[in-house]
Amino acid sequence: MHRRDFLAFGAMGVGGLVLPSMFGKVIAAEELNSAIDVAVKKSLADTAMNAAKSAGASYADVRVGRYLRQFVITRERNVENIVNTESSGVGIRVIANGAWGFAATNEMTADAVAKAAQQAVAIAKANAPAQTSPVQLAPTRGVGEVSWKTPIVKNAMQVPIKDKVALLMDVNAAAMDAGADFINSILFLVNEQKYFASTDGSYIDQDVHRIWAPTTITAVDKTSGKFRTREGLSAPMGLGYEYLDGAASGKTVLPNGVVVYGNSYDMKEDAIAAAKQARAKLKAPSVKPGKYDLVLDPSHTWLTIHESVGHPLELDRVLGYEANYAGTSFATMDKLESHFQYGSPNVNIVADKTQVGSLGAVAYDDEGVKTKKWDLIRDGKLVGYQAIRDQAHIEGKKESDGCAYSDSWSNVQFQRMANVSLEPGKAKKSVADMIAGVEDGIYIIGDGSFSIDQQRYNAQFGGQLFYEIKQGKITQQIEDVAYQIRTPEFWNACTGVCDSSDYRLGGSFFDGKGQPAQVSAVSHGSSTARFNGINVINTARSLG
Amino acid sequence: MSILTEAQSKAILTKVVALSKADECTAQLTGKIQGNVRFARNDVSTAGLTDDIELAVQVAFGKKVGTATINQFDDASLERVVRRAETLATLAPDNPEFMPAVDKQTYKPSPTFAQSTADITPAYRAQVAKTSIDACKSQKLIAAGYLEDNQSFTAIANSKGNFGYQRSTMLDYTCTVRTEDGRGSGWVGTDTQDATRFKTDSDIQIAMRKASASSEAKALEPGKYTVILEPMAAAGLIGFMFYFFGAREADEGRSFLSKKGGGNKLGEQVFGPQVNFYTDPWDPVAPCEPWDDDGLARQRMDMVKDGKIVNLNYSRYWAQKQGKPAAGQMGNILMTGGDKSTADLVRSTERGVLVTRTWYIRMVDPQTVLLTGLTRDGTFYIENGQIKYPIKNFRFNESPVIMLNNVEELGKPVRVPPDEVSMNIVVPPMKLRDFTFTSLSDAV
Repeated sequence: MHRRDFLAFGAMGVGGLVLPSMFGKVIAAEELNSAIDVAVKKSLADTAMNAAKSAGASYADVRVGRYLRQFVITRERNVENIVNTESSGVGIRVIANGAWGFAATNEMTADAVAKAAQQAVAIAKANAPAQTSPVQLAPTRGVGEVSWKTPIVKNAMQVPIKDKVALLMDVNAAAMDAGADFINSILFLVNEQKYFASTDGSYIDQDVHRIWAPTTITAVDKTSGKFRTREGLSAPMGLGYEYLDGAASGKTVLPNGVVVYGNSYDMKEDAIAAAKQARAKLKAPSVKPGKYDLVLDPSHTWLTIHESVGHPLELDRVLGYEANYAGTSFATMDKLESHFQYGSPNVNIVADKTQVGSLGAVAYDDEGVKTKKWDLIRDGKLVGYQAIRDQAHIEGKKESDGCAYSDSWSNVQFQRMANVSLEPGKAKKSVADMIAGVEDGIYIIGDGSFSIDQQRYNAQFGGQLFYEIKQGKITQQIEDVAYQIRTPEFWNACTGVCDSSDYRLGGSFFDGKGQPAQVSAVSHGSSTARFNGINVINTARSLG
Repeated sequence: MSILTEAQSKAILTKVVALSKADECTAQLTGKIQGNVRFARNDVSTAGLTDDIELAVQVAFGKKVGTATINQFDDASLERVVRRAETLATLAPDNPEFMPAVDKQTYKPSPTFAQSTADITPAYRAQVAKTSIDACKSQKLIAAGYLEDNQSFTAIANSKGNFGYQRSTMLDYTCTVRTEDGRGSGWVGTDTQDATRFKTDSDIQIAMRKASASSEAKALEPGKYTVILEPMAAAGLIGFMFYFFGAREADEGRSFLSKKGGGNKLGEQVFGPQVNFYTDPWDPVAPCEPWDDDGLARQRMDMVKDGKIVNLNYSRYWAQKQGKPAAGQMGNILMTGGDKSTADLVRSTERGVLVTRTWYIRMVDPQTVLLTGLTRDGTFYIENGQIKYPIKNFRFNESPVIMLNNVEELGKPVRVPPDEVSMNIVVPPMKLRDFTFTSLSDAV
């Protein structure tokens, strides 16, 4: 599902019985606390691996998955729907005659998984004649029986529904009282109970938790026919329900008084601010197009990092595996060899599958590879990609980077983006210090519209809140801003990054890639950063 | 197991509905077998088969609703899923916008099923990949593509005596072909319920021709151009616009179809007079199920006639509140046009830009449906009725509403793969004046 489709779904609410298929089957609340016995999962995995080997597989991995999601969907003073979903099943991936095959079944019986394993082998054998070079897997060590859990404080699945409804109703009422005409607020809670086993000798049981609390506040001026929205400034996180505690330690007050959030989110406070700012947007002057120095808040920058660094440095794109869907990459292998100057020396970007609180954090990826942190861009120079087991040899690597992921038992795992983040500046620098040095600029908070070409050169980004900066001072809120970049020029225009005290995560809950399309959740951290001389367009139009 | 017959489905659903003690009960069975093969770099990369079936039960006590599902079908499991839904319903708050289950409907089956697609085997999929790859290899081109096919069924029933059953199939093939030096790229796509309408060997030639012809692209200045959008290029913008055809959002003042001072633009001239859209579940080329997500029977319905808005999408709740008749919501987007091919439109163009495909389209401003996105896989400069040379890709910032007020000519409509839209879509190639390109892209 495209992220946009999902947002449309959220905004429209859910009236009928039919839910998008990614949401799985609907279950009762009491079942959200349980898990499949690990001995049962091991037995199913062994059955599948034995069946695959007997049918001629040289390698097999088995993922026994139980994917739980809870959605509480509201608008204004109504709860539109409360949905608990579960999707369980077994996905079996094999190599036979040098080719990949995959089959999946929701029937969690020995007979069904053995049959699926045989189907996977048959598919691999059918494809082998069209395969010009056999699959090569980078070695990974079997780790035996191990387990891992997202380090959450409060399991969101165990919080009573009535508490969640009360929170959203309180948030919505506060926003309406503060001047919103409409508000959509949603809680998304995810628990992936993932069991991975492979013929390398690994049996890995992981319990992964994520949370997201998006809102959209709309202000309407019926007389002029104008409307404006302001989305919440929260981030989806790899945290438990404690993220919604609204702890003071999670808040940052920016120089213009806007409050942004780190590891704790005050949803009500943000909704009240959003209602006022959405009304202010109705009257804010339209930007004059031209070149500006941009000061980008981490609530905005995460998306620019995601699109213009995270995606182009995925090795499967670089090699052409995504040419038919997500696209290829301008950051070709020769640029890695020559350490292409991707950005200015201020730009240091790391990939990290271990970062606590991030959406992508796990101990082992979906190929059973131990996760790690590694450099993509160091001192502005390109130094690495993100690769998985069957790609590592192409980059000359001896091991996978540990970033394989599948969004379901029913989809095959493939290379997905790790958390990719801009490191904070080493010198002490606050947001106020950074703004004080800007003559003619725009300060952008929150993510908005985003679009980038299939090789990740030309991108355009909007935002939620825009403020004019003149002679080092924030002067007024403005509207209709979007900036257009060419990726290397943009990152080479980075003249500074604030220090680690301003570092915050943003992220995507529904990053789409692959065929059949799969979603993944990924975080991107940064401190406020400055980019000089960026092309800003005015997006206002008239329909007559 | 995944595909049940109508009789099997009816037996299960009848039993489920009879088990419920709630004020009303709606149940739905869905099953799907889906196969796929993916290839890139002239090699097969992944292939798979997935099999799934489930039963969803929704019950209501007054305005309290609960939903539960299960994938076991013995009597004890059916009893359990109904009781579970009833328990959830008693825990739920009242929904003030609750709408009762639909009355008994009459569904006229639509032609969504073709045996040829249901019969597809792993060997067939592998052959599609091989044919695509071999053709490209023979001309030193590189193929990356994807074939997905599925067969599925849906059965619905409720405590008011409603019942429906429908089988469907789908085949979706796309292939991107690139030159070895990475300077040319072409694309082709087919979307159909009937596999006999799909021919890999002729489709792949289209993408190969585009790839070869798009090398050595020259840069044109961004600005306003007369464009010819091939159907796939137009579908992205048009499909996006139909996400915003909701009556409620228009009435609430937060849509391009809201009227200044209040109300919506129903009956108003919003597009040029050549523009007509309708929806029709029985369309032979791009059919959809004869009921919507609420189980309401769909019907053929004009949405835009001669540029005027003649229908909006009303939810049952909003229709009732506004005193409108409830109609099944649209399940496909069909645009009318003329008889001309894209090549005919090129021949009648003095100067312009031919766009094969648009990509990564996103909303910039919902007030005007201003969209941004890029051209890709073959963008060409036209002069005196002929394609003169390939040009570099552009980023556009354009509203489909403005674009459909600048129509010069429409060609023959065709079905295209659903890239930016989840509904089946049929659109013509179109010649438009003053299309706004705002920057150049180096991407090929």
